[in-house]
Amino acid sequence: MTPFLPAETLALAFAALMALAILLYVILDGYDLGVGLLLHATPEERERDRMIASIGPFWDANETWLVLGVGLLLVAFPTAHGMVLTALYLPVALMLVGLTLRGVAFEFRAKAATPLDKARWDLAFAGGSAMAALTQGWMLGRYVLGFDDSGAAIAFAALSALGVAAAYAFIGACWLIWRTEGALQRRAVAWARRTLWVVAAGIVGVSLATPLASPRILARWFEMPNLLLLAPLPLATGALVLGLFALLRHMPLPGDALRRVPFWAAVALFCLSFAGLAWSFFPYIVPERLTLFQAASAPESLSLILVGAAIVMPVILAYTVLAWRIFGGKAADLRYD
Amino acid sequence: MDALLLARIQFAANISFHILFPTITIALGWVLLFLKLRFNATRDEAWMDAYRFWVKVFALSFALGVVSGITMSFQFGTNWPGFMEKVGNVAGPLLAYEILTAFFLEATFLGIMLFGFRRVPGWVHTGATVLVAFGTTMSAFWILVLNSWMHTPAGFELRDGIVHATDWWAIVFSPSMPYRLAHMLIASGLTVAFLMAGLSAWRWLRGDRAPGVRVALRTGVVMAAVLAPTQLVVGDLHGLNTLEHQPAKVAAMEGNWETRPGVPLVLFAIPDEERRENRFEIAIPYGASLVLTHSLDGVVPGLNEFEGKHPPVAPVFYAFRIMVGTGMLMIAMGLAAAWFLWRRGELPKLLLRGFVVMTFAGWVATLAGWYVTEIGRQPWLVTGVLTTADAVGPVGPTAVLSTLVMYLALYAALLVAYVATLYRLAAKGRVVEHLPGNVPLPAGA
Repeated sequence: MTPFLPAETLALAFAALMALAILLYVILDGYDLGVGLLLHATPEERERDRMIASIGPFWDANETWLVLGVGLLLVAFPTAHGMVLTALYLPVALMLVGLTLRGVAFEFRAKAATPLDKARWDLAFAGGSAMAALTQGWMLGRYVLGFDDSGAAIAFAALSALGVAAAYAFIGACWLIWRTEGALQRRAVAWARRTLWVVAAGIVGVSLATPLASPRILARWFEMPNLLLLAPLPLATGALVLGLFALLRHMPLPGDALRRVPFWAAVALFCLSFAGLAWSFFPYIVPERLTLFQAASAPESLSLILVGAAIVMPVILAYTVLAWRIFGGKAADLRYD
Repeated sequence: MDALLLARIQFAANISFHILFPTITIALGWVLLFLKLRFNATRDEAWMDAYRFWVKVFALSFALGVVSGITMSFQFGTNWPGFMEKVGNVAGPLLAYEILTAFFLEATFLGIMLFGFRRVPGWVHTGATVLVAFGTTMSAFWILVLNSWMHTPAGFELRDGIVHATDWWAIVFSPSMPYRLAHMLIASGLTVAFLMAGLSAWRWLRGDRAPGVRVALRTGVVMAAVLAPTQLVVGDLHGLNTLEHQPAKVAAMEGNWETRPGVPLVLFAIPDEERRENRFEIAIPYGASLVLTHSLDGVVPGLNEFEGKHPPVAPVFYAFRIMVGTGMLMIAMGLAAAWFLWRRGELPKLLLRGFVVMTFAGWVATLAGWYVTEIGRQPWLVTGVLTTADAVGPVGPTAVLSTLVMYLALYAALLVAYVATLYRLAAKGRVVEHLPGNVPLPAGA
């Protein structure tokens, strides 16, 4: 196809699409993985069933955003894709094993022969979720510091792994506040309050570490007029965290009021953190090594994908909304008929 | 072992594990739609009973296909970065269109198909079933478009050593695509036919007379009887197309070392690549010439024309015989069973046992077929454009080996769990899920 946009615009458009896919992935599969992380925080089997039922109709579509994000990286920025994935070879493999265990456990636990068999698949579900969440956090940490191999960078990656896992557990707990009721909902409130502390610490930690590690990022945030223009970002994040602490102290509220608020506030928190990272690294696609303009594929091929994406993405979003409406409200038992 | 060989084994292991499940879901989606439409039309509970059983098999197979497919999508980057760097301008859009037009469709509507039965009107549920079946088929379409292009590339030019697309129509409809796609879709149909017939025969022999067993057995037998002979014709056409575009692969399939007229059809032999001849050969005189050129004295190209540039002969040769042999058995079983159903209304015990043995025959034939075509493409990754050795990444053998062991252990465990679960579902007939508020299903639900 003849390119109808300049190469730079195309590269930007694909970076934006990829960012959208990755952001949607960490929010959507984030709550799935978070529910998996929290699975054994309750001793009640019935509650575990309900927790898994709350994400049953969604997880498959949610995980597809990862395929799209990595697929866009692969097709639009093949050089970067090769560099990033070969640098992260082992954590990627571990993440894939984790996602595999989590994905198949949905089906196997529902068809388990004995309670023991089911308990094992529950462990696979929780363990797989934990592996996926921790390795994703680890990879984020490695990526942020440009795959630096120093001891401090490795320690940072380990903290990042914990931070991301906590963030997933937090949004998972917020999802459960919205989608469940009774004792399980009260537990979810407690889980959300506890994990929010770790999330807040993680956000502060990453926000301090990245400018300290990179003079470029330091300049980007703290030079005038950026300092003033960007001030709303950290301020809004701080306000959200404080607001959430205040709200969660009183939940669940009479009549289940505001049950959706923690989840959407968590979504906003994810968006703000993501925007912060994006601002720090733009226009790099491999930090400090490769910009997205250098890595972009041929304009003819990108044009063809962009046309397809422009037509299909709204359709995908529309039927995603449809599925959310069909499976709205409190989670019920999952039945195949 | 070197990293290239390990990377190839790893990719082969992943793709072999992955293909098992799409091979089931591609056709099973349409079979589920058929069962549902039959129920809608007849209100006969047997169709719904069969639907309820097979939708569980579908859900399980789909989950395994999704997770192993995600692994594959990452391995392009982790193991074969050279592939996307060189041919990404063609492969990229094809993969992107698969994700955009197929992956999301099936993933989203699967939720509605599996769990929405009581939440949406009947026509929406039927519509979701249609979209899931359509999505799995679209996914197969795009993957086979890309795979066919890798075998018989067209519609591109090389600029600075990088492939650039010039004609998308030619890329999508590359010379081998229609044959390969048809061959794979029918292979999926046959896999499902024998899985349904095999599991249903097993249930029948155990005395399970649930209404769904009989209709599933019938559906499997009719599919087998229709599709197995069709596959013979389509496979022959595919072979002729391969002869035209990848003659070295056909020479390896036939175990034909010399270009000559009147080539025999080798039924069995041990190909010896060092001495460049077959040992212990059993052959039908003029057979290969007749099959490949449709003339007794037709000239068939031999491996001597491609010395140093042809695929390893033995694996292609053996895999081809396993595929064709399984296919012949399928034809015999399908036709015999259809005859008994038509004349007697039921199958003799011996035939039922035969179907039990052949429950996973589709997997055997499909894997063997893929080995023929994929090993047959070596040493090329994209014929004439990129060799497999040039596409491999910089990751060292230790990392590849350790992840390979991890994947193999995981896949072995999952395969055992999958097959065990199929038989457990079949043993229980109507399954009671281990979910809260679990009550046996009311009749007609």
